[in-house]
Amino acid sequence: MDCYSGIKQVRSELLSGDVKATERTKAALKRVHALEPLLHSFVTIDDDGALERAQEIDADVAAGRDPGPLAGVVVAVKDNIVTKGLRTTASSRMLEQYVPVFDGHVVEKLSQAGAVIVGKTNMDEFAMGSSTENSAFFATSNPWDTDCVPGGSSGGSAAAVASGQVTVGLGSDTGGSIRQPAALCGIVGVKPTWGRVSRYGLIAYASSLDQIGPMGRTVEDCAILLQAIAGFDANDATSVDVEVPNYAAALNGGVEGLRIGVPEQYFGDGTDPEVSQAIQTALDSMEAAGAHIQPVSLPTTEHCLASYYVIAPAEASSNLSRYDGVRFGHRADVDEIAAMISQSRAEGFGAEVKRRIMLGTYALSAGYYEAFYGKAQRVRTLIRDDLARALDTVDVLATPTSPIPAFGLGEHVSDPLSMYLMDVCTLSANLAGIPALSQPCGFTSAGLPVGLQWLGRAFDESTLFRVAAAYEAQTRWHHRHPSLEIAS
Amino acid sequence: MTSDYQTVIGLEVHCQLKTKSKIFCGCTTQFGAAPNYNTCPVCLGMPGVLPVLNAEVLRYALRLGLALNCNIRMSSRLARKNYFYPDLPKGYQISQFDEPILEGGSVQIAVNDAEQMVALTRIHIEEDAGKLVHCGDRNESHVDYNRAGLPLLEIVSEPVMHTSDEAVAYLKAVHNIVQYIDICDGHMEQGSFRCDANVSIRPVGVDTLGTRTELKNLNSFNHVKRAIDYEISRQIDWVESGEAVVQETRLWDEKNSRTRPMRGKEEAHDYRYFADPDLLPVVVPDALLNEVRESLPELPEQRRQRYISDYELTPYDSAVLTSDKTYGPYFESVCSSGIPAKIAANWVQGELLGRLNADGKTIETSPIGSVVLGQILKRVVDGTISGKQAKRVFQRVYSGEDVEQVLADVGEQLNDPAALCPIIDKILDAHPKEVAVYLGGKTKTAGYFVGQVMRETQGNANPGVVNRLITELLENRRSAE
Repeated sequence: MDCYSGIKQVRSELLSGDVKATERTKAALKRVHALEPLLHSFVTIDDDGALERAQEIDADVAAGRDPGPLAGVVVAVKDNIVTKGLRTTASSRMLEQYVPVFDGHVVEKLSQAGAVIVGKTNMDEFAMGSSTENSAFFATSNPWDTDCVPGGSSGGSAAAVASGQVTVGLGSDTGGSIRQPAALCGIVGVKPTWGRVSRYGLIAYASSLDQIGPMGRTVEDCAILLQAIAGFDANDATSVDVEVPNYAAALNGGVEGLRIGVPEQYFGDGTDPEVSQAIQTALDSMEAAGAHIQPVSLPTTEHCLASYYVIAPAEASSNLSRYDGVRFGHRADVDEIAAMISQSRAEGFGAEVKRRIMLGTYALSAGYYEAFYGKAQRVRTLIRDDLARALDTVDVLATPTSPIPAFGLGEHVSDPLSMYLMDVCTLSANLAGIPALSQPCGFTSAGLPVGLQWLGRAFDESTLFRVAAAYEAQTRWHHRHPSLEIAS
Repeated sequence: MTSDYQTVIGLEVHCQLKTKSKIFCGCTTQFGAAPNYNTCPVCLGMPGVLPVLNAEVLRYALRLGLALNCNIRMSSRLARKNYFYPDLPKGYQISQFDEPILEGGSVQIAVNDAEQMVALTRIHIEEDAGKLVHCGDRNESHVDYNRAGLPLLEIVSEPVMHTSDEAVAYLKAVHNIVQYIDICDGHMEQGSFRCDANVSIRPVGVDTLGTRTELKNLNSFNHVKRAIDYEISRQIDWVESGEAVVQETRLWDEKNSRTRPMRGKEEAHDYRYFADPDLLPVVVPDALLNEVRESLPELPEQRRQRYISDYELTPYDSAVLTSDKTYGPYFESVCSSGIPAKIAANWVQGELLGRLNADGKTIETSPIGSVVLGQILKRVVDGTISGKQAKRVFQRVYSGEDVEQVLADVGEQLNDPAALCPIIDKILDAHPKEVAVYLGGKTKTAGYFVGQVMRETQGNANPGVVNRLITELLENRRSAE
């Protein structure tokens, strides 16, 4: 049994009777526990729930029932997606003891598809961060170099997938939180179109930007996982009622005649030369395969960061108001109500969360609203128009996912602005609501993975899968795995 | 008090909509459940939940907008109003801010027979908050979220009213309309129809508005009137003594018949409104608007005009019979059994509503249905019973007796001269002085004898016949002299 098997392999081994779901789950849990001291990918590991679920899958198989497209697939779920009866913390002291009373929509979908959830992965607190160091509990390490960060905020899921603890994982992406850790950990991560996957059950950070998406070691695994979780949900008014195409069918489309736009603004001074080189090499190979590569200009790119860091904190300041100690979450031991609320929040939230709540509160305040929030929204419209115009002339855009590879733990914690710059390539997709995919496209001389980002038209995830699968078919990056010392 | 000051009043009315479920979740809106029974993750604001707008709320808003001739915004936005309070689960209330669904429109009122239009500023959709229950003796507060997420329409009037009577007339008109169009049950005591009043004064002749106070806790029409009257004189006293009115929220204290500042610190709230990213714009499809327009029932004013023109009722009777949506159908049903409108109107307003009000009952809980009342009145109209008898029949049937049985008991009224003449003669014999006055030329005193006969017959005599016979018998006596 190979811990790096893909979904199809897992499923066929299950159906053939070669590897039972319980066997695979036990093996996965063993690897999770073994790697936990090294990587700290998980906030909560659900041994009992996972095994129970695996037994049900095995019973289904034995009884000849269809166990679903993700049958026996071991999955890690980011800890900001609520799971009924299983502690969900968003890596915050505020929710350290919080046990949800319902399953998020995607969790229900995973369950229906036969997946086995082994645990909840570490993240930057309330998904605010790019390194997973903002977790209130502990930092997660990058499997390729445990002195480095895995990226964030979905760093726990990225590390768990990259190190073969699970087959696939779920992350959430508000400004790059799936794609950037996927890039830094050498896996594939997809931020779907806003509205493609229900957000019901996702602990909100910035509602107009948040989107749940798949993380896996191959494009195919991500396509299968997205297929399982995508689609309209009546519980999310912003989920869009459009047909979900068969993503697997897009995987063999090839790139003959595909128009790939390369926006110059995404290769700025801050981009590591090794990253630029890896992207260029990838593009050359796509051209050789028949794609048309052409430069495009996205002049609004430089405004993404400013727009994002007004809009996201503004929404966050409101979304996080419900954590007042009254109904759930941390409550400070203070009698008077106003003092209880402010003290609960002072104790329950970490520094970065407080920083963004304050930024956002300020941006929405009377007298400042127009200068900040109003203007940021207008800039956002320009960014969206800019991308739509570019995607009128080409089928996809290619950029680096992150300007730099994984950086050292602690390297940027004291300088929030330098941390915010990590998102510079990924923000536009969230602001415009369009889908984006990151996949491995090489390694630096230090052995750290480099990510290639594809941006597509709204609801056209298929083209992203098509181009990414075509590139992946030419490379061996996804066959490389980190070498990890496992304590016995 | 004629005064050197003019009062300016604007009202904010919150009306709770009669939808089956809450505005953003599937919880029931039923009143009276055990605390926190009607709640779910969505209306408790648990992590990860999202609101989905109840489509009925839009329909109800359109009904009101059409009834009040508002401008309807075909695409409006729900916005978050951010503030912390334990009864507010999400830390923000979903409401509408700069793009409310309805703007403008007006409400027609009449005070002392003078009709006027009260202009509206806006009407917007919002969710209700929960309720704090203070246990003073234990120094504890508890929260009940059953009300959290109930759908509301907030109706904001322009500051164009000048007396508490106008304010109450406006409030009653709105209260009546929302029940006519069946969007709100109007139970003020249960809080499903609530009112805040903004009151200010200014010297007569000045155009700018004075500093206002906002009055809350007005749980009945009576409270509204008394609170406003109190507040007007308080503000005048204050200004006369050389002080400036402070802008503040004041609670009506029913026990002490006064308004007092709300306890706790008065903070200048910055609600940081912004469009709720969890909800799409509220778009009004043309088809829906047409459907709602076509299904809109008759409004009070339309019905009033119809009663004046079709039933030839007086404006006063028409106004009374349309002041509650249940009166009209009852009245019309009585008429449809062949009762002249004036008689039906008098009986509904007089006997029926008088008795129902005295008993705290409504048309809906009336022990006498419109068909039964029609049955009784038919006997009056065909002359078989007197009005006085009819009133007795009414009271007995109201108390639960069978109408057929009571009518049979009462029998027919006395019409027969052979039976009536001896009674009349006896009365005339017993009152020689009064007879002499009549015969002396004061023929109008005949009415006195009619009254005596009616008393003697316990109201069973036909007053018309009695009147004719008395005149005849008196004139006989004159000839006999």
